[in-house]
Amino acid sequence: MLILTCPHCGVTAEETEFHAGGEAHLKRYGPGSSDADFEDYMFNRVNPKGVHFERWRHVYGCGKWFHAARCTATLEVFGTYPAQTHQPPEALLDTIRQKRPGWSWRDFS
Amino acid sequence: MSDAKSVTPLQGAKFDGIATVQEIGPRGMITLRGDLSDATFAAAVEAVTGCTVPAQRKASLAGGNAVLWMTPDELMLMLPAGSVAGALETLADKLAGVHHLAADVSDARALFRLSAPGTAAREVLARLAPVDLAPGQFGPGDLRRTRVGQVAAAFVMVEEGVFELVCFRSVARYVFDLLADACGETTAQPVF
Repeated sequence: MLILTCPHCGVTAEETEFHAGGEAHLKRYGPGSSDADFEDYMFNRVNPKGVHFERWRHVYGCGKWFHAARCTATLEVFGTYPAQTHQPPEALLDTIRQKRPGWSWRDFS
Repeated sequence: MSDAKSVTPLQGAKFDGIATVQEIGPRGMITLRGDLSDATFAAAVEAVTGCTVPAQRKASLAGGNAVLWMTPDELMLMLPAGSVAGALETLADKLAGVHHLAADVSDARALFRLSAPGTAAREVLARLAPVDLAPGQFGPGDLRRTRVGQVAAAFVMVEEGVFELVCFRSVARYVFDLLADACGETTAQPVF
């Protein structure tokens, strides 16, 4: 079971209070984009063993969306941060670099 | 419609077990959204309720009124049942020009009071919600929005041994039955 901390209301709770929302940091390609970009945005998702970035919603609490970085193999949660951003905070990336040397996920490493 | 009286969903249902569950209300409830750190916003909240804007996951209580922290940009104002229309006017007046939303949700919510001497009320709620309710962790004035059984609810500890719980009106019966069921069972070894 995952223990997540909602960055909006500061609650640390188990995963039944939250709802998973898929992969984080997807860039939307809309009208006018190439078919390849749209296909990538629409269908292609990573499924890593190790570090992963996900969207979560504090559905039974404040109702806000946030992002979480966690390890899919050990369920260790590295950190959470508000969803109004294009990339994870540098401090969080440092934490992951320390705990999982040599990791990479999409454009982050 | 002019004769319509506000009726609580369970008409004051009550259950006595290791703690007492009672449906309370009708009570006026206003959802107020806006920038909680704004001085004009805080003044309007105080003018209507007499309560200050609560800190994160807290409730401020004064003179029977209450203000609940719901999200970083939302409060729930609790007032006497008859004073909602007046309060909405006051809010509109005081917050003119300030980005906000105020809505009367009195009839959309159900209210319960869970009380018991000692720690029995904590015991009952801890059976239903994934929250640490140990005396040092959750005290009077603390608020938590969470899951109670299978539905969303918010509860506040108004004083030691007394919780007030808010849920959607549509699940009032479910929540009451859940609380009553949890009140019915005694434990040989209490958690708290």
